[in-house]
Amino acid sequence: MTTIVVGFPGSNCDQDALWAFGEVAGCETLYVPHSERELPHADAVVLPGGFSYGDYLRAGALAARSPVMSAVRDFAARGGPVLGICNGFQVLTECGLLPGALARNTGLHFVCRDVHVRVERAAPPFTGLCRAGEVLRLPVAHHDGRFVASDELLARLEGEGRIALRYVAPDGARDPAANPNGSDGDVAGVVNERGNVLGMMPHPERAVDLLTGSDDGRVLLASLLDALVGAAAEATS
Amino acid sequence: MRAGNATEQAASRAARLDLSERAAEFGLSRVEYEAFVRGLGRQPTVLEAAMTGALWSEHCGYKNSRPLLRKLPTDGPQVLQGPGENAGVVDLGHGLALAFKMESHNHPSAVEPVQGAATGVGGILRDIFAMGARPVAVLDALRFGPLEHPRTRYLLAGVVDGIASYGNAVGVPTVGGDLAFHDGYLENPLVNVMALGILPIGRLQSGTVGEVGNRLLYVGSRTGRDGLGGAVFASADLSGDSGADRPAVQVGDPFLEKLLLEATLALTEAKLVDGVQDMGAAGLTSSVAEMAHRAGRGVELHVDRVPRRERGMTPLEVMLSESQERMVFSVRPERAAEVLAALTRFELDAAWIGEVVAGDRLRIFERGTLIADLPVALINEAPSYEREHAEDPTVRITRETVPDPPQSRDLGAVLGRLLATPDLASKRPIWSRYDHQVRTDTVVAPGAGDAAVVRIKGTPLGVAATVDANPRFASLDPYQGAVLAVAEAARNLSCVGATPLGVTDNLNFGNPERSAVYHQMVRAVDGLRDACVALGTPVTGGNVSLYNQWRDVGVDGDVERAVPPTPIVGMVGVLHDVRRHAVVGIQREGDLLWLLGTTLDELGGSVYLAREHGLEIGRPPRCDLTLEAAVQQAVRQLVATGLVDTAHDCGDGGLAVALAEMTFANGIGLTGDVAAGTAESHSGGTVRADALLFGESASRIVIAAPAERAREIEAHLTAAGVPWALLGESGGCRLELRWPGGTLNFGVDRLRDAHERTLAEALA
Repeated sequence: MTTIVVGFPGSNCDQDALWAFGEVAGCETLYVPHSERELPHADAVVLPGGFSYGDYLRAGALAARSPVMSAVRDFAARGGPVLGICNGFQVLTECGLLPGALARNTGLHFVCRDVHVRVERAAPPFTGLCRAGEVLRLPVAHHDGRFVASDELLARLEGEGRIALRYVAPDGARDPAANPNGSDGDVAGVVNERGNVLGMMPHPERAVDLLTGSDDGRVLLASLLDALVGAAAEATS
Repeated sequence: MRAGNATEQAASRAARLDLSERAAEFGLSRVEYEAFVRGLGRQPTVLEAAMTGALWSEHCGYKNSRPLLRKLPTDGPQVLQGPGENAGVVDLGHGLALAFKMESHNHPSAVEPVQGAATGVGGILRDIFAMGARPVAVLDALRFGPLEHPRTRYLLAGVVDGIASYGNAVGVPTVGGDLAFHDGYLENPLVNVMALGILPIGRLQSGTVGEVGNRLLYVGSRTGRDGLGGAVFASADLSGDSGADRPAVQVGDPFLEKLLLEATLALTEAKLVDGVQDMGAAGLTSSVAEMAHRAGRGVELHVDRVPRRERGMTPLEVMLSESQERMVFSVRPERAAEVLAALTRFELDAAWIGEVVAGDRLRIFERGTLIADLPVALINEAPSYEREHAEDPTVRITRETVPDPPQSRDLGAVLGRLLATPDLASKRPIWSRYDHQVRTDTVVAPGAGDAAVVRIKGTPLGVAATVDANPRFASLDPYQGAVLAVAEAARNLSCVGATPLGVTDNLNFGNPERSAVYHQMVRAVDGLRDACVALGTPVTGGNVSLYNQWRDVGVDGDVERAVPPTPIVGMVGVLHDVRRHAVVGIQREGDLLWLLGTTLDELGGSVYLAREHGLEIGRPPRCDLTLEAAVQQAVRQLVATGLVDTAHDCGDGGLAVALAEMTFANGIGLTGDVAAGTAESHSGGTVRADALLFGESASRIVIAAPAERAREIEAHLTAAGVPWALLGESGGCRLELRWPGGTLNFGVDRLRDAHERTLAEALA
C-alpha cells in the first residue's frame, strides 16, 4: 500500500507523517512536493501539518491554490482517500473539498496539548477499526483550529454522519472545557459527502508511540491501511 | 542611488583626514579608535570605521569578557567543537553529534518584545544549522520584573508570542525553559534562547571561507535597512527613549527560515559547500570577516551584488544591516552550478557576492571601485580589557547578614502561597503556547521532568537539555550563584537519567566598566570554571550580554540600575537508552520515597525568604561538588538500571515544594517526614522547621520507586557513599507532611489549582 505525503513550502509535519505511515504503520510512502501537477500512483494522500507558505494569508489559503492540489482534487474525485491533518485540514476547507472553515482559536493563542476526541463515525476508510463512541487521546497544536459552520451546515453534517471526531472529556462526555479552540459543535474532524476525504485538527501521527505520550493515533492509521488492503483485494478479486 | 553614494564617498574623503571626533558614533572609544588607525596604518573611511566599530562592539568582539572566558574549561573527550564556531558540538556515540548553543536577545526584546524574541529564536537556529545539524529542540531562559507590574505583563506576553510564532512555524519543538521574576529586570528583561541540533559526525561544518579561489554565495532574505547597527545597539545601555531605536530591531520571517534551514541542510548533506555561516550581529560584515579569519585568508566582496529589499541603500547600510534569515556559503568554483541547481527548489534569493583570495585583506568593492580595505586579523581581534574590580560593600553586608526571620505559625499556608508565586507557579500557560511535540520525538515534555528529553529516531539514544540560574543566589554571591547554576543544571539532567556532556553559558550582566559589575563577572566566571571542572562539563560556547541596565528616574533621583548578575547555564546530556528515563510525577500508589543528600540549616537567598519575609539576604546554599557529583551519579545509575523512574531535584522552594510538585502529574498524594535526611541525623546540628520545608540546600534529589526495590536501591546508595534517608510513601490524594512540632495536610487538587492559576491569570 502506498501513501503520498504532500509537502508544501512551510509544511513541518511532513517528516512526522512519513515516519508514522512508513516506519510505524508499514505503508510504502512517497513524498510529493507542492509543485507537481500529477500524482504518482498511490492508494492514499496525506496533507500534513505545518505553516504552508507561512500561513501569512489565511491558514492553508495559498497551499489550496498550489499546482499539486488540482491533482489531489482529481484523486479525491476518483474516490481516493485523502487525509488532511491540522494545516492539511485547513487546506482542504480552503480548496472546498471539505465544508466549513477554520478560524482563529477563541483563546487567540496557539494551543499545544493533548485532547480527547470521541469517534462519531466509525466507518472506512479512516475510522473503520474504531468503535463508535471510542475515546482517543491525541495531541493538538494549532493557532487556527476553530471549526466554523452555520447551524444548517452543522445539522446537515450531523444528519449525514459526517462529523468524524468530536472534542470530549476523557470519559466521552461533551464538555465545553474539553474543546481546545471553540469549534462549533465541538467538531474535531469532518468528512466529505462521499466519506473519502477527512480533515482533522488533532495529530494522529504524533500519537503512535507510548514513549512520546499516546499511541491512540495508531488505530486511525491502521484503519486507513486496512481499508486500502480491503480495496486492493476487492479490485484484484 | 548614485547621488547618495557619491555624497557618502565625498564625505568619506573629506572625513578621512580625521574621524576620531566621530569615534563614539562607531561605538568606539577614543583609545580604541586610535588603536584601529595605528593597526590600519592610515586614516579609515567612514565605512571602514563603521565596520570595525561593529566588529569591536562587545556583542561581536567580547572585549570585556574574552580574558575571563579563557579561564573556562573547554576540552573533554566528548568535545568535537569547542568555542569559536557557530555552536559547540559533542559526540553522542552511534556516529552522531549534538550541536548546541545559547544566545541572548535582551535589548531587542526590551524595545519590541514580539520581534525581539522571535528573531532571537531565528538567530540561534541558524547557528545550529550552520554547523550542518538539524535543529531538534529549543529552550528559553527568561527574566522579567515583578509579574504584578503592567510592563512585565506586556513584555512577558510579547516575548512568549514571539517565541511561539517563530519556533512553532519553523517546526522545531520548544521543550523547556526557565522563568523568573525580579525587580532588577523591570526595564531590561532577559531573553536567552538555546537550541540543539543533531548531525552525523562526518557532516560537521565550519564557518570558514575555505580555499583560495572559492566563491562566496549569499542565500536567503534580501538585505534591508532593518536591524541597522544592532550590534552596537545591543552593546549600549538602554536610554529612556530606546523606543526610538525600533528600526534597530529586526523583523523575523519563520517561513523563510524554514526554507533556509532545508536549503542549508540539503547543501551540507550533499557535501557541496566548504563553509557555512549565518549573518547575525553586524550582518554581512561579521559573517565574512569571521569566515576569512578562521581560514586565515582574504576576501574580495562586491557589495553591489548583494540582493536588496529597498532602493537607495548605501554600502554601509548593506554591510551592517541585520536583516534576518541570511546565510553565506563558501563554494568551490567547480561546484557552483551544482549548488545553484540544488537551491532552485527552495525558491530563495541567491547571489555570488565575492571570492576568496590569498592574504589578509577584506576588500569591499562597489561597481569595481575599492571602498574598504581592512586587515582581517585587525578587525577580528578587538582590544580586550581586564579591569580593576571590587565588590560592592553593601553586597557583602547583605550576604553576611544571617537570616533569622520569625517562624511563621502556619507553614502549611506558606506552602500554598509559595506554590502560587510567579517563580514557582506552573509554567503550563506558557509552554502550552509552544509546539513542544512537533518532530514526534519529545519523550519528556515541558513540566514533566527536571530536564527535557528528545529521542533520536533509529537509535536507542535520547538527548536531554536544561537551562538554569537563580537570580537571588548570584546577587548575593556571584561565585556561588554560578556554582549552584551549574550544579542544578547537571542535577536536572541526572534526574531524567542523562549523563551531562557540555555547557553553553549566557553571561548577562550590567556595565562592565563599573568596578562592582566587573567584579560580579569575574566571580561568576570563576564559579562556572570550578563547577564545570568538578562535574566534567566543558563549556563549548556561549554568549555574553553586557550593559543590561537602565536609568531609573524615581524617588531616589536618576540612578543606574543593572540587572542582577545572571550567568545562565544551558547544559546537554545523553541517555544511552531513552526508554529508561525518569519524570517528576509519582507514577504509582505505594511507592517509597527517598531523599538523597542532606538538608542543612540554610535559608539564605531562598524564595521563601524573599516572598514571605521580603528578605534577599544571607549566604546562598553551600555546595560540596564532590558530594554533588556522587548524588547525581547514583541517581543516573538507578534510572539507567530501571530501578527508579521518578526523580526530582529539590531546588527553588525547597523540599516541601518539590514533594508537592511530585503529586501533581497524576494526582497521587504522599505522606512524608521532611526532617528525614537533615543535618541533625547526619552531623548532629538542628534545622529550623521553615528551613526543613523551604530551605534550598544543594545536592538533594527525591526519588520514588516500588517498595519491593527498596533493598536494592538502598544498597546501591550506600555503596555509592551518598547520604540517603527514607522520606515517606505515595498514595491517596493528599499531601501530608510532618516535622518535629508540626504537620501540614492538603488535598493535591487544591495545591495544584493554586500552582496552575498564577500565570494563567497573568497571561489571560
